[in-house]
Amino acid sequence: MDREKDKGSFSRGSNPFFDVFLETFFSFATRTSALFVFLTIFAIIASLFWGSWPAIKRFGLSFLFSSEWNPVTEKFGALVAIYGTLVTSIIAMLIGVPVSFGIAIFITELCPPWLKRPVATAIELLAAIPSIIYGMWGLFVFAPFFADNIEPWISDTLGQMPLVGPLFSGPPLGIGVLTAGIILSIMVIPFMAAVFRDLFEVVPPVLKESAYGIGATTWEVLKSIVFPYTKIGLVGGMMLGLGRALGETMAVTFVIGNADRLEKSLLMPGNTISSSLANQFTEAVGEIYTSALIELGLILFFITFVVLALSKFLLFRLTQKEGVRT
Amino acid sequence: MAKERADLVKEMENTMENGLMNQQEVRREARGLRELSIKLKVKNLDFYYGSFHALHSISLDIPENQVTAIIGPSGCGKSTLIRVFNRIYELYPRQYATGEIILDGRNILSPKEDLNLLRAQVGMVFQKPTPFPMSVYDNIAFGVKLYERLSRAQMDERVEWALRKAALWDEVKDKLKQSGTALSGGQQQRLCIARAIAVKPEVLLLDEPCSALDPISTAKVEQLIEELVDDYTIIIVTHNMQQAARVSDFTAFMYLGKLIEFDNTSKIFTNPRKKETEDYITGRFG
Repeated sequence: MDREKDKGSFSRGSNPFFDVFLETFFSFATRTSALFVFLTIFAIIASLFWGSWPAIKRFGLSFLFSSEWNPVTEKFGALVAIYGTLVTSIIAMLIGVPVSFGIAIFITELCPPWLKRPVATAIELLAAIPSIIYGMWGLFVFAPFFADNIEPWISDTLGQMPLVGPLFSGPPLGIGVLTAGIILSIMVIPFMAAVFRDLFEVVPPVLKESAYGIGATTWEVLKSIVFPYTKIGLVGGMMLGLGRALGETMAVTFVIGNADRLEKSLLMPGNTISSSLANQFTEAVGEIYTSALIELGLILFFITFVVLALSKFLLFRLTQKEGVRT
Repeated sequence: MAKERADLVKEMENTMENGLMNQQEVRREARGLRELSIKLKVKNLDFYYGSFHALHSISLDIPENQVTAIIGPSGCGKSTLIRVFNRIYELYPRQYATGEIILDGRNILSPKEDLNLLRAQVGMVFQKPTPFPMSVYDNIAFGVKLYERLSRAQMDERVEWALRKAALWDEVKDKLKQSGTALSGGQQQRLCIARAIAVKPEVLLLDEPCSALDPISTAKVEQLIEELVDDYTIIIVTHNMQQAARVSDFTAFMYLGKLIEFDNTSKIFTNPRKKETEDYITGRFG
């Protein structure tokens, strides 16, 4: 009895109309899901354009190059926020990428087995901490420590050097662009390190063995085998980190100082696009003010788009170097 | 004496031309007339995977410029044994070997041994083809660059030499800039052999080099082994007893982590001393 029932439910053509319907429905459902992505992107771009149109019309291209941000006179320019966003992200990547590489290489290649799990778990925990906590820690613990112990030293040494001097001079305030960059790097490290580690672990052991087997050292194996083998993922992982750094709002808002002035020094307060938005949307009055903020959002969207495009281009170049595929 | 040998070789070559013996056999017979010297001397080797005792007191002498095959049922320790010869096992924690392996008068198991130089001297080819994620040319040049500073022209020459040795040159000479991973399986395996010989090792370890290949590629690799053995000492692990009989001069039979018998290949396959060997080669177990 049970057997017959089983047979019935598996046999084809017991209900051909239902089968055809299911097939069509399935195909339709997956296609709709995929199209949804395009729809969402289009809708977001369209609404950002729509919202920022008054500002675009009023300021034109000068919006990008003006560092003035004055709600009273309704004169707005995005330069400070763009500069802050890019500089904090660059600092975060400069610190975060090497450290994440170090963590991932240590875990996969050099770490004694008993230490692997604790380190990996600690990294995952670090990734799970909400950004507001990083912000609070940055403001109450890191910034004062940084102001008292590190910044004086930085402005005494790096600040005196030619060329880079202006970047590192100024009063030790604790909060500022450099602090925000450092906090950001701590926030992106767990993400990138976890991605890198997963990538390094999927490199087939025989591939590594054959490189070690002709006498390569750990570094040579990493450089010539592991990195090229995982390069697509590595660039992807960095983009994930960079994306997070560009868009991170709360922690940065806590420690960057939210000053709408363009300062040469990294030790001085600045602003980023996302922290401007977070700070000012509630108090934005008038069409132009709101519209200028939305245009900031559009610019952030554009920056991340460019970053993505650049990474694709970089990958394309890397693949070409590796040898043509047929 | 030497003259007599040369005459014998000539005679055999004539025999071959008469079609009475195939080329492989003649080459092997000719090889058998060489003075044998010992390349690798294994003394009381024990190997452990953590607490698992995988090799039990193995002692054998591997002769220079000869093909030594290691046969035996799965899990008997064949691959483990050759993985000790270049200490590749040290990549993994809790694997260790005791005993001695003497190569050119020095014990390669000594902690003072420079592993990178050892692996340049003792090359290895694995069961599955493992082309590096780079061009065919760079696959070969990679290993060479680790030890030698060659000019562009010298490197070109070395790459061509290695590819010719591996009987791959004609197939890839127009594709040197292509990715090594884009070649066919058999070509990839010969690329791996070319890569291993490009650094000019003295000993070549082949760990079931044909198990992932089709019969034609297998034949090419076997022919290659025949040609390489004039310059290298070759140790091949194989599951395939016909292959061992075809390509090797000496055969070691292993069972359950022990070396049961080691002798001339013809002796092992026609008149083994031990019952286990006979059972295995006649297909009664394993």
